[in-house]
Amino acid sequence: MNDQAEPLLRVEDLSVHFPVQGGVFSRSRRLLRAVNNVSLSLNKGECLSVVGESGCGKSTLALSIVGLQAPTSGSIYFEGKPITGATPPSRIERARMAQIVFQDPYASLNPRQTVFTSLAAPLRLHGIGGSEAEDRVAEIMRLVGLKPDQARRFPHEFSGGQRQRIGIARALVLNPKVVVLDEPVSALDVSIRAQIINLLLELKERLELSYIMISHDLSVVEHMSDRVAVMYFGQIVETGAWDRIFASPTHPYTRRLIGAIPDPFAELSGTSLVDEAIAPPPPAGFDFYPKEFGKHDVYSLPPASQLVAIEDDHRVRLVPAA
Amino acid sequence: MSEALLDVKDLRIDIVAGSVAHNAVENVSFTIGRGETFGLVGESGCGKSITALAMIGLLKPPLTISGGSILFKGQDLLGLSAREMRKLRGNRIAMIFQEPMTALNPLSPVGRQIAEMFVLHQGATWHEAEKKAIEALASVQVPAPDQRVKNYPHQMSGGMRQRVMIAIALACDPDLLIADEPTTALDVTVQAEILKLMQELCDARGTAALMISHDLGVIAKMCRRVGVMYAGHMAEERPVADVFRAPAHPYTKGLLDSLPRLGSRGSHGRKRLQEIEGVVPSIADFPAGCRFEPRCGRATGICVKQKPAEVDLGNDGFVRCFHHE
Repeated sequence: MNDQAEPLLRVEDLSVHFPVQGGVFSRSRRLLRAVNNVSLSLNKGECLSVVGESGCGKSTLALSIVGLQAPTSGSIYFEGKPITGATPPSRIERARMAQIVFQDPYASLNPRQTVFTSLAAPLRLHGIGGSEAEDRVAEIMRLVGLKPDQARRFPHEFSGGQRQRIGIARALVLNPKVVVLDEPVSALDVSIRAQIINLLLELKERLELSYIMISHDLSVVEHMSDRVAVMYFGQIVETGAWDRIFASPTHPYTRRLIGAIPDPFAELSGTSLVDEAIAPPPPAGFDFYPKEFGKHDVYSLPPASQLVAIEDDHRVRLVPAA
Repeated sequence: MSEALLDVKDLRIDIVAGSVAHNAVENVSFTIGRGETFGLVGESGCGKSITALAMIGLLKPPLTISGGSILFKGQDLLGLSAREMRKLRGNRIAMIFQEPMTALNPLSPVGRQIAEMFVLHQGATWHEAEKKAIEALASVQVPAPDQRVKNYPHQMSGGMRQRVMIAIALACDPDLLIADEPTTALDVTVQAEILKLMQELCDARGTAALMISHDLGVIAKMCRRVGVMYAGHMAEERPVADVFRAPAHPYTKGLLDSLPRLGSRGSHGRKRLQEIEGVVPSIADFPAGCRFEPRCGRATGICVKQKPAEVDLGNDGFVRCFHHE
């Protein structure tokens, strides 16, 4: 992060709001602020993880990045060029920028198409057909650890782990530069997870990919990430290099999140991952935002707060002390 | 350990469809003492949930118990009539399920669903029962219980609903609480609260618990002893600390090595995770010998031909493996 070069992907003040109807006959419409002024940047070759609880807006953020959810405001830049706003690139162009691997490989593959058809479809849309497409599908199958002739099968003929490999192959077939991983291992059996985690890390090196990983499993996040952003009710409350976040979590929410992980080895040695008793105080003149949990709602506009650097590459959301 | 509260011996569960039978659970034995917390851990399809359902007599065809015994306070549950089992279920043995939204009745206020327990099992009148329901809801730390009893399940959050489930399960002070993945559907911070609550309530009332989970962390937090299941077999059954410090079965060892360990990257740098090759076999083609054999690095000829028997490890535990540590 020392060089000031343009990051591969930059998200600036992104907000995604959904109008919510009050009731069947109600005319009142409220705004659900799923993502609120989120800014983040992803450098080439990095894995940035976004963590938080269900409903914190992390998946909505992921969908906006791959263009499956239009942002309400804010912008996203890819290699310095805006991909939102007045003249966005076409979906075809965008497909080569960022792709997504979904959580559930059972739900994200078409059960009535062979794997080959699913993998060749994006190639066809990009003008690649015939033997060239066949070669590319064979290549990508090998890359994710499957045999090329298995592409003739249907999704139900594969195990969960193999299906996630196909999900990864589908995301990579167009050679995108950014891959969004939405909970890539949480639907898999525990004994299969290591295979997929290792594969993702290998592919990242080999193909010089950059990942944005959405996850709630902090042990996987610690293993895979270079940088981490913690989201709470649509906002990033703490962000920084992975070792800063795990070694000195500062925001009360981050501490609570890390402290809540039931870790077998910490449990048995009687140590706690985070000692609540020695929570660091907020910097002078500031309060953490939010200070209290559970009293939040996603409808009202949060007060002005900012991410303040507390050390090199480690920022925490603060408001001026009352 | 004094007289066991629950003593499961050589339990066998088959899936019978017409003339075809597949074995789902075989030779599963474990005991739970009074007030003790026992964990069953394993991946999806390993038979841990149907083992739990067998304990409260909720197995439905095509699943049938075809062997073994389940002694609860010395009484064989497999010999009980449906009527006798119904008296026991919810009263002496209670269960919490994974997804509270599907386990609760969406059309009835939660207070009434708790009160039902007192009416059915303790002969209370509805009026008394509804009062007791408020106390029960307060005991699971639901704020404003006198208001919340009027709520329908959809008006509550996932964590609150799971608290209601716990209130229902513990209403009649059961001897044994079975919890099947009680926190899997919840966020980690809510999970931590629910686990703490369950632990406190069970300790205070001396309730024994059978915890079922795929999450080794949850088991380590909650249980004293653990049974590791793989493909319908009990791979090893030992005190939790022994299993994590010195796993005896190659599957358990593989599973522990495959998990990214929090803090290890900080102290040792990022290491490639150990993988367990292959996949869990499907129920229709379980290997004839040891069921872990096709994925096991230590397998030899005997593992293909014979089922490993229980090997006593001392310190109150066993492993089923010819080549255990």
